Amino acid sequence: MTAETADGSSGIDGEDPSIRDILATEIGKTDFRIVISTMLAIYALFIVLTFLGGGDINSAGSSIIRLTFLFAAYGILTLALNLHWGYTGLFNIGVAGFMAVGVYTMAIVSTSPDAVSGTGLGLPLIVGVIAGMIMAALVGLVAAVPALRLRADYLAIVTLGLSEIIRLTLNSATLSNWTVSVFGFGTGGGSGIDLPARPTDALLNTAFGDVLVDVLGTFLRPSVIRRSLWVLVMIGFVIAVYWLLVRVGNSPFGRVLKAIREDELVAQSLGKDTRWFKIKVFMLGCALMGLGGILWQGSQGYVSPDSFRPIVTFYVFVALIIGGSGSNTGSLVGSILFVGLLFEGPRTLANIVSGSLSLGSAPGTFAGAMAPLASLEITPLLAYFMNNISALRFILLGVVLVIIMQRRPEGVLGHRTETAAAISLDRPGPARTNGGESDE
Amino acid sequence: MSDATTEPAEAAPESERSLSGDVPLRVENLRKTFGGIVAVDDASFAVEAGSLTGLIGPNGAGKSTTFNCITGAHTPDSGTVTFQGEDITGRRPDQIATEGLVRTFQIARELEEMTVLENLMLAPQGQIGEQLWRSVTPGARVEVIEQERELRERVWETVDFFEIDHIAHDEAGTLSGGQRKLLEMARAMMTEPDMLLLDEPLAGVNPTLEEKLLERIHDLREQGYTFLLVEHDMDVIMENCEHVIVMHQGSVLAEGEPSMVKNNDRVIEAYLGEIDV
Repeated sequence: MTAETADGSSGIDGEDPSIRDILATEIGKTDFRIVISTMLAIYALFIVLTFLGGGDINSAGSSIIRLTFLFAAYGILTLALNLHWGYTGLFNIGVAGFMAVGVYTMAIVSTSPDAVSGTGLGLPLIVGVIAGMIMAALVGLVAAVPALRLRADYLAIVTLGLSEIIRLTLNSATLSNWTVSVFGFGTGGGSGIDLPARPTDALLNTAFGDVLVDVLGTFLRPSVIRRSLWVLVMIGFVIAVYWLLVRVGNSPFGRVLKAIREDELVAQSLGKDTRWFKIKVFMLGCALMGLGGILWQGSQGYVSPDSFRPIVTFYVFVALIIGGSGSNTGSLVGSILFVGLLFEGPRTLANIVSGSLSLGSAPGTFAGAMAPLASLEITPLLAYFMNNISALRFILLGVVLVIIMQRRPEGVLGHRTETAAAISLDRPGPARTNGGESDE
Repeated sequence: MSDATTEPAEAAPESERSLSGDVPLRVENLRKTFGGIVAVDDASFAVEAGSLTGLIGPNGAGKSTTFNCITGAHTPDSGTVTFQGEDITGRRPDQIATEGLVRTFQIARELEEMTVLENLMLAPQGQIGEQLWRSVTPGARVEVIEQERELRERVWETVDFFEIDHIAHDEAGTLSGGQRKLLEMARAMMTEPDMLLLDEPLAGVNPTLEEKLLERIHDLREQGYTFLLVEHDMDVIMENCEHVIVMHQGSVLAEGEPSMVKNNDRVIEAYLGEIDV
């Protein structure tokens, strides 16, 4: 470890470490700092972008809330995927399907029976959330039992197929209308299903909510305040899931998971019944994916099967790859970077560029955008790009993935050693200096 | 079978060797085919308790396949494997390891992104923290941590014994071939086995480390462990083992004391024949 430096400036005495190095060591000291610094950096970027685009403090606040919402949503999903893929090496590409199971189970249990679209049992929300997680875990079990006996690639195919089956099933109007006496599915088919309101929304109608609106209302709209309350709940869940998974990782259980990822036959040859470990960890991860789905898609008052396309799984994978699979902190950092720079960033940038440059109407076709280049007119091409930014985002994603794979396949934090043990493995007792340094 | 080679040259008479307590491992009429290729063809042998038995044979003799059949990595087509009086034929690798029969691999299979210490901490049996709920629940985790402390103690003893303490914190993937073999044996020892199956523990190991590895094997044998050693380096086996089993083309060609096996015509033929080709 480097020498303690209370603040950035006092470290400049020895071998002139640059400000950048000092900053890097300071930030790198604790995982909490890494995550917070990344988040603050992205916030700062977006605040600057918002003001450049002519926004006020309210729109800056709004965009920060939106960002944090997505950080948290992707954070939980990426952590869960990291448990599967990063820790145990289980190639699950059905994240969206398990989210859908969680959200829809929650909806069927907790939506009121007289909802506009879809019907539910109207049980308390907490029951719905727990039921959603259990259901996602059980569907995970169904996928895992046959597939885990096979090699990794088969699990991938099974999970991808399952996630599409789930989405198409939920999309089916026939299933939605299918009712046996009083029991029916009420999934709403393609028109989706109504969801219970966020529990935090009710807070705003209480005395506490009035105070909150009085204090913050001068520069933030009540709708932003309402969303921010929910985002706080989500952050709470992210911390809880992170805590849980760090504990799982730093334990004998996590050690076996790591061994399964590295070489399953070795783990077996040491007497570990790897089948149970894989089934347990798969179910746990699926339950957390269900929870992530509930907190994200389940918190918007309404959901339809369209929210669970395989692209969602792909996004979660990108976030994990950026952060570094195998590292819980990396999962969070990856989520933040993915949401900030790849998911929300391009669109925000495009809005600003097209807003401030008055590019005129964008050409309808790529050819139409390229033709004016002959006469050195670049504005139509730029306008075309900005108009199609959401499609171009995929190209950007692809490019970023290729670069990461070539330059830093282990991701931002993937190669850190998070020792899989409940305690430090250093030699116990008084440190003994052993001169056995030489070998071979 | 001709000559006197199949006769046990040991002091132990036939009757005593058949007692299950003294013969921890017994392989009978083992057969394994892959498609049309017969890898192990009716192999039978026994390993005595507390012995250092060598299993040799030219490349392709079926040594590793026999090993894999014993330890559950392959399921034999026919025949039985008995360990300490119990029929373990066709059991899963983890069940066999739990019985106390632990193996190492020909090409050292390290858990590369795990440190040496993690590798060793993984091995012990009966870790309560391998139950998910215990590892997570605050109350139960206290016991897990307690057990982890005890294991850490043992891990460091093992690390010292195998003289790999200076690389204890390194990731296994960064070790040299010989160090990996040491680690692999140390890891197998951490399971507290009754018997160790070592698959070419000296392949690709430099002479210094080879010496060290053999020393450790002899030390452990004196502590009462039983070893079955697969090697194709004949000299190593001849110098270190008191009982040698020679395999050729899937079956046991000869068995007995090293000096006797060495002078067996068929063994010489099998080995020289291979060299000629």
